Amino acid sequence: MNIVTKELYPILFLTTALFLLIAVSATMGFLSVSVMDVVRIISAKLLQQPLPDIDPVAVTVVTDVRMPRIVAAVLVGGMLGVSGTVFQAILLNPLADSYTLGISTGAAFGASLVIVLQIFGLALPPAVSVPIFAFAGGIGTLLLVLFLASGDRRLSSTNLILAGVIVAAILSAAIGFLKFLADEQVGIIIFWLMGSLSGVSWYNILLLLPFALIGTGLAFFYGRDLNIMATGDRTSVSLGVNTVRLRIFLLVCCTLMTALSVAVAGIIGFIGLIVPHLLRHLTGPDNRRLIPFSFFAGGMLLLVADTITRAVLPAEVPIGVLTALLGGPFFCIIFKKRQQDGNAGF
Amino acid sequence: MVTRDFKTDTSSPLWSLSGIRFSYGKTEVLQDINLKLFPGHCYGILGPNGSGKTTLLDILAGVLKPIAGTATFQGKPLNQWPKKQLARVLGLVPQDFMVRFGFTVREAVEMGLHPHMHRFATPSELDLALIDKALQETGISAMADRPITQLSGGEKQRVALARTLAQNPDVLLLDEATSNLDIHHSLEILRLIRQRYENNDIHVVAVMHDLNLASFFCDELIFIKHGKIVYQGTTDSILTPDVIADVYEVESEVVYNQFTSCRQVSFRLPLEEKKC
Repeated sequence: MNIVTKELYPILFLTTALFLLIAVSATMGFLSVSVMDVVRIISAKLLQQPLPDIDPVAVTVVTDVRMPRIVAAVLVGGMLGVSGTVFQAILLNPLADSYTLGISTGAAFGASLVIVLQIFGLALPPAVSVPIFAFAGGIGTLLLVLFLASGDRRLSSTNLILAGVIVAAILSAAIGFLKFLADEQVGIIIFWLMGSLSGVSWYNILLLLPFALIGTGLAFFYGRDLNIMATGDRTSVSLGVNTVRLRIFLLVCCTLMTALSVAVAGIIGFIGLIVPHLLRHLTGPDNRRLIPFSFFAGGMLLLVADTITRAVLPAEVPIGVLTALLGGPFFCIIFKKRQQDGNAGF
Repeated sequence: MVTRDFKTDTSSPLWSLSGIRFSYGKTEVLQDINLKLFPGHCYGILGPNGSGKTTLLDILAGVLKPIAGTATFQGKPLNQWPKKQLARVLGLVPQDFMVRFGFTVREAVEMGLHPHMHRFATPSELDLALIDKALQETGISAMADRPITQLSGGEKQRVALARTLAQNPDVLLLDEATSNLDIHHSLEILRLIRQRYENNDIHVVAVMHDLNLASFFCDELIFIKHGKIVYQGTTDSILTPDVIADVYEVESEVVYNQFTSCRQVSFRLPLEEKKC
């Protein structure tokens, strides 16, 4: 029996749970639609069949308004969860996520920059330019961090984290300066920095989907190598793992996923940090299990958070604020509990 | 394909190093190392702290690339060996074995199978038996399901050895592999490796700290000091007060000990040491 079949049942279970959650989430909102209708609408759309007996407004709301946002929440949450797991595994640091390496901050800087440039009269279509600049900011930051950290040829995790923290600090200050420049229009930047899935379209999904699937697949593919990397560089190399190449490859891979998530949804914190921790607590540290599970857990977590802000709360709270407010205390509880159990595991 | 006849053919060297230099930044650690290591020996690398023992071992293991000179293993330059293929032949037991994220002892030992296994394969019956044997031989079966983060230094070191045994290499590189162990476990581990070596299963290169253990364990010694090989020869011919005085700057007495049936060393600091 190989690892794929062994992990198949939990994955099947998680897939079912995810689809149930999607169906339930699609019923919620200003216009109430029953679960059965949601299933019928989606299957009819997928099979290109007509729907004579359902309110056409409900059909439009479900397919064109709710579904893109729901799918985006799952994909963005999944990518953030997987990236978090992989960042922690390659940097051997339970604190690592896309913030530690400055990637999210870089993406935020890119987006803030273009928003300020637009305030000062740069004529670019905002719907396209913000994601592109965010993406470029994330990638640019990774390149800078890699350049700074590559002083010793081994690309050690300490160097990477240190370089990441320094670059992130500089970029945070730069974002502060941009906010200052934006003056009265600072609200646009702040809203974006706090993250939102409200403007997502099917076009965004087409962009997210291949990256989410390929990125998660690649991370899973290197799961065993990542496990071995938990024993340090020297022993990993002696077991035949090319640590430097794997580290760069997976960093690029996860940076693409993070930058894309930030480009579509703004800054959404805590998913990348708490999902790996929570799962390690539940299923153990094996990355071959952790990586696919992080995708599902991250996706479901962000979907729940987004559904709460979209359909439950009276006014739409920025999603990044909600994930931090829900995730932060939750993280504190896990952290404390693990200390008491005597297996902090770091 | 890897030539495995080096087990019987003891005339061609396992390793051949020439003109090896290595430095961390501007600090030169190894200068002009020329060394041939032949199969069928149990080598010990000795020297004072900071003399470059571990660096030399890492170069032998292919973990570090020398900045100058050539290092070949079984006639093929080390940097041309595919990493995974090299890992099937060469196993390294590090001095400090650390594991993050609460992997259990068994999971860590299972990692030793990595170079032999297809990417998504799970261990076969035979592999599992190999793991059980490695756990048992190193005396850590009882803690197989405990997270490594909770183990003591000596227990971790035994996990590292068990993992390398599961890796089933032809050549074992030990980096002060008994430095954290109590004397009972040190002797037990060294006897275990020595037995495998005497059965012709493995070849051994060990960085050693303790001269008495080295005398018990190794049959050929290499002394390095300030990044240079200063003495090399059989343990009996080279473990002498003169050599020890030159390398470690201590006075010593080396006598054959019937109780341990090997040569044992006693030390003291030179008497006329300047007392200022």
